[in-house]
Formats: sequence, C-alpha cells, structure tokens
Amino acid sequence: MIDQPREINIQLMGKDYKVSSGLTIIAAIEYAGYKLVRGAGCRAGFCGACPTLYRRAGSHKLYTALACQTLAEDGMCLVQVPFVPVVRRPYDIEEVAPSANIILQYYPEVAACVSCNTCTRACPQGISVMDYIQTALRGDIEQTALLSFDCISCGICSSRCPADIKHYPVGQLARRIYSKYLLPRSSQLADRLDEMETEQCEVEVETMMHLSTEELRARYEQRSFETVAGRDQKHSAIQKWGTAVDPVDYRDEVEEVAY
Amino acid sequence: MIKITASGRPNELLRKAAALSGQDLFACYQCGTCSAGCPMVAEMDLLPDQLIRHVLFGMSDALESTAIWVCASCYLCDERCPRGIDVSKIMEALRQIWLRQNEDYVHVAQLPKETLAELPPIALVANFRKNTG
Amino acid sequence: MHIDYYPGCTIKASAGQYETSVRAVLATLGIQMKEMEQWNCCGVVHSLASDNLIRHIAPIRVFARLQEQGGSEMLTLCDMCYNTLSQANHLVRQNARQRESINDFIEAEEDYDGEIHVLHLLQILRDRVGYQTIKKHVRRALQGLTVFPYYGCKLLRPGGMGIDDPEAPRVLRDLMHTLGAAVADDPLQTQCCGSYHIVNHDEIVSRRVGKIAARALERGADVIVLSCPLCHFNLDTRQALVDSPLPVLYFTQLMGVAFGLDLDVLGLNQHHIDPLMLLQQRGFVQEEEALV
Repeated sequence: MIDQPREINIQLMGKDYKVSSGLTIIAAIEYAGYKLVRGAGCRAGFCGACPTLYRRAGSHKLYTALACQTLAEDGMCLVQVPFVPVVRRPYDIEEVAPSANIILQYYPEVAACVSCNTCTRACPQGISVMDYIQTALRGDIEQTALLSFDCISCGICSSRCPADIKHYPVGQLARRIYSKYLLPRSSQLADRLDEMETEQCEVEVETMMHLSTEELRARYEQRSFETVAGRDQKHSAIQKWGTAVDPVDYRDEVEEVAY
Repeated sequence: MIKITASGRPNELLRKAAALSGQDLFACYQCGTCSAGCPMVAEMDLLPDQLIRHVLFGMSDALESTAIWVCASCYLCDERCPRGIDVSKIMEALRQIWLRQNEDYVHVAQLPKETLAELPPIALVANFRKNTG
Repeated sequence: MHIDYYPGCTIKASAGQYETSVRAVLATLGIQMKEMEQWNCCGVVHSLASDNLIRHIAPIRVFARLQEQGGSEMLTLCDMCYNTLSQANHLVRQNARQRESINDFIEAEEDYDGEIHVLHLLQILRDRVGYQTIKKHVRRALQGLTVFPYYGCKLLRPGGMGIDDPEAPRVLRDLMHTLGAAVADDPLQTQCCGSYHIVNHDEIVSRRVGKIAARALERGADVIVLSCPLCHFNLDTRQALVDSPLPVLYFTQLMGVAFGLDLDVLGLNQHHIDPLMLLQQRGFVQEEEALV
C-alpha cells in the first residue's frame, strides 16, 4: 500500500472538507456529510449515475470519472454531474432499418465531429467514443454498436463535446438497429425456447432447482458460447467476458487501507 | 449614411477580416476578375470585389450579405486574382466573424428528415464546417 | 505493389461503386489497396481562418495514425479528402508554431511532422502506372463514346496543391482517350457544382448542375465522368432542369468497362441516372451482363 496520510483535503463544490483517505469519491462525499439523492446508483460502475467532474492540484485540466470507481485524492476539487441533458429524437424501431445514413437522420450533428478526441479522453469506461462517432458518420452500424457496447450512458462525453454531439444515444441507436436487423440470430436460443415450449426441459429445470449456489456457479463458469457462422469476430461482450470470470464480482466499494 | 474616416486606422471589421484571413485587403485594385470568374455570382447580392470594398469602408452590410454564405470556397478567384489575394479566405473570415457573433447559420436540428435521408456524409460535414460555429 | 489507402466517409457510406471499381481496376494493374486500420473523417473542407486550429485536427490525426501504422504514402480517391489532407499537410510542413500546437493537442497519437505523401488515384494512374500500361489492358475500346470530364474545384485548386493545371487540366481527357473514348472539353469542367449547398440551398445546386450538364449535352457528350463523391451526388441527383439527363460515372467505372471487368464490381446499377442503357446501346456492355 502506498504510504499516504490518514486524512486528505478535498473540495466539494468549492467548499473544503477533510475526509478519510482511501475512499472512493462517492464514499468521500458521504463521509463529508452529504446524502446523495441523485448522482449515485449501483455503486458498482454499471449504472452510469455518478459522473464526476474534478480538478487535481497541480494540473490545469478538467478530469472526469465515475464517483464510485475512483478514489478521492488529496487536493481534488469536484462536483457530481448526475445528469447530462441530451435531447433524443423519437424513432420507431420498426422504421429504422439499416441504411448508410440512418443514424444521421436522427443525429445529424454527428457530421460536426472535428475528431478532437475529447469524448474518448473523458470516457470513464475507456471506450473509443470518437471512433464510434466516426463509424456512425460513415454508416457502419455494426462497428458503432460494437465499439460503443460498454457504454453506460453516463453522458460525460456529451458534456465535453465542442460539436455538441449527443454520443450515447447515437451508440444506443446503433446497438438497437444492430440487434434488431443485423446481429445473426442465435440458433441455440431458438432451439432451447422451442424445447421449453414443448416442455422438454422439465427434468433439467427440476434438477437445477435443487442445485446449491456452488454447483450453479460451477455450471455457469463452464458455460460455452455460441460461435456465429461465417464470422471470425465474436461479439465484443463475449470477447471481454468470455473467460470464466463473473463480471459482477463486486464486494465493497471502499478499499481497505492498512495503516 | 456611410461615414468614411481618414484616420489612417483600419476599421474594426477590416481589422478582424484581415487578421482572420491573413490577406491584405488594400492590395485589391477593384479589377473585378474575381467576380468575373466566380461561378456563384448569379446567386450573390454583393459581388466578391464589392464585398472587399465594403469591408475596406467598414460597411456592416458586408456581414449581412448572402454572398459570404453562397461562396463555397472553390478557389477560382484565388487562382485568378492578379494581386495575389486569396478572396476565399476573406469570405471565410467574414463567415467566421458572423458565426462568432451569432447563432449558427444552418440549424442542424431543424434540417428536414427527408433531406437527411438522402444526403451523403460529405455534404453534411462540409456544410456544418462552413455554416456552424 | 501495395499502397496504403484512406477511404473517407462517403466512399463507405454511399459511393461504394467508386471503391469497388477502383479496387478492380487497380488489381488489374497489379496494385493492391491496403485500407488504413483506424481512421476518421478528414473534415471535407480545409479551414481557411488563420486561428481555427481545431478544424485541422481531423486530417492531421489521419496522418498521425497512418504514420503509427507504418505508412509513408496515402492513396485517396475522393477529391475533397485529397484537398483537405494536402492542405493540412502543407500547413504542418510550413507552420512550425501551429504544427506544435496541434501535435500537443492531439496527444493520443505520436507527433506528425508532414512526412506522409498524399496521392490522388489519378496521380497514381498518370504518374506511376502510365497511360501506355493502361492502354494494354483495354479489351473493349470505348469507340464512339463522347465523355465530358468534370473536374470540379478540389482536384485542381488551390494551384500548387492540385494534381493538374488549375485552368487547363488534361488528366481525365488523356485517360479517356487512352480508353478509346472521344472527349468533350469546356471551361465549365472546372467550375463548382454547388457543393455542400445541397444541404440547405439545393436550388443553387440544381442551377449549377443544370448549367454544367446542359453544356455537356451541347458539346455532344454521352456521359459525364468525375472522381468526387459530392460532385457525383449533385450531378447524379439534380439534373431535373436538364432535358435529357446524362449518366454520371466515376472514371474508374468506365475504365472497368473498357478493361472488360465484371459488371457487378463496377456498380453501374447504383446511379439515379441509369448508365446501362447507353452502354448497352453502344455495345460496350452485353444485355445478359447488364442483368447482373
């Protein structure tokens, strides 16, 4: 553990506080006495409700992070940004069949991108936001869907964009079009649904009902993934989580600090 | 009424236009070659050489003219100007001065869906770069 | 040989027939295109204001990325991309102060000092391949076809940045002669088609296109050829004012026809104004081929 003081100084919306070191930003805010009604959610880095803007002592830059995923540092000056305004254009998913400029019809401001990369630098998920905006511009719905897959819609990208692009609804639209029209259908899923309809799974379900958590976990970890015919690239989610590791292995947002 | 000052100092519009374009507008001797060759003059209220003159006199109608938006930077005038002035840069400077004082010239959110459904990205990118700040 | 290739957005979005025909034509000539791995839009138009550096980031990032991918030459097909990239390259080479500011800002990629050479496809064909070699691949000379080459603005100007004489270009004429076609020349070949006004003033584009196409007709042209996807869109979709609209083809599509390449890679059916009827009537394309 890095040698650090037990207490650090932070500024919340311009006001000074001393908080215990080793806390996430969200925990530090609560330690300082605030109750977060907005700007906090799952506390596990998944819901995108706790974007934070902050500055560091000794830097002129404005940084961005998820408050539940980032440790408070000495000299931090921060504010929670629970919501970034984006205006979505309504669409009927039945009427947004893939075409080269379907995304530009709903989000024409994508064409104003200057490739400054500010969105990518701001993204707490490490997504190449600029690259998916660029693939959206050239009508590549599949790449836009895959590159934006890990987006949790925190909106930080859209708060920093000089071209006023609403990034995450762009990714969302691309993923919806991709899922509905382009993603190859899973034959295993169809078969299994059919088996369930015809009550062929009764015995298996009954067996599973009596398994312990450990036995269920073991089965989960041994699961296999369906490969898509004619494709060398698997879906990005599978690429990332394709190992037998439970992505949700979250124990405590507060890291224990040894003093 | 146009007030022409003889202080020797450039007016504010001229100063900005010269700085943003990097061009010496006083080099223009009003031969009209730019306007004679310009493929867009039929669509313009002020011709390119007139526009330069109006900027030299600090006349604010230069910024209100349709000409600055009609110019699509085809560089024909730059190619032909006997005084070596890049007129297209003066046009860009005037657009920029306008955009920095006003809202966007093209309102992206108000473009009709039928138009967007048809257009290639190249048209939108170019248009937004010229018509929005 | 292979060459690193920067496609640009519109080639991927709506000018696929240009790319597929180029690939087929270059393959015939023994040149493979290697598409850059990661690229962004070049910005389409070069920013002409002295202080607007953020608008130069897009093309310079494209260069920085190709440099990181080990490239030294960049092929472009689109006239707008060619122009924007060339002008940005020139800026980087000439203006050390602005180069430094932009490199500092770009951060994610390594610094770019202007070492990549941008080439338009027409330069490759004229200067590397040569008309003599092209001629050797002609299977069906375009005898009896009169072509109106349309250059537009961005391929030729600003002078020094363009690929040919800005006032009297000849590259498309020479190329079309090589294919056996006759050429109709006119000063309107180098005049703007109305460009991005298609977005908010398409009446301007219709008038410009009407004038250009009417002149081409007057000169006895059967078909217009060009290399810019924006000019192509404008000319192909906005000839309503013309009595008998002329087909508008990318020059590589005609090269493909002359080389006797498969029609399905040439994308001759992807136009508003159908060119197939004309090509069939003149006997350059057989009816059964056209059905593909």
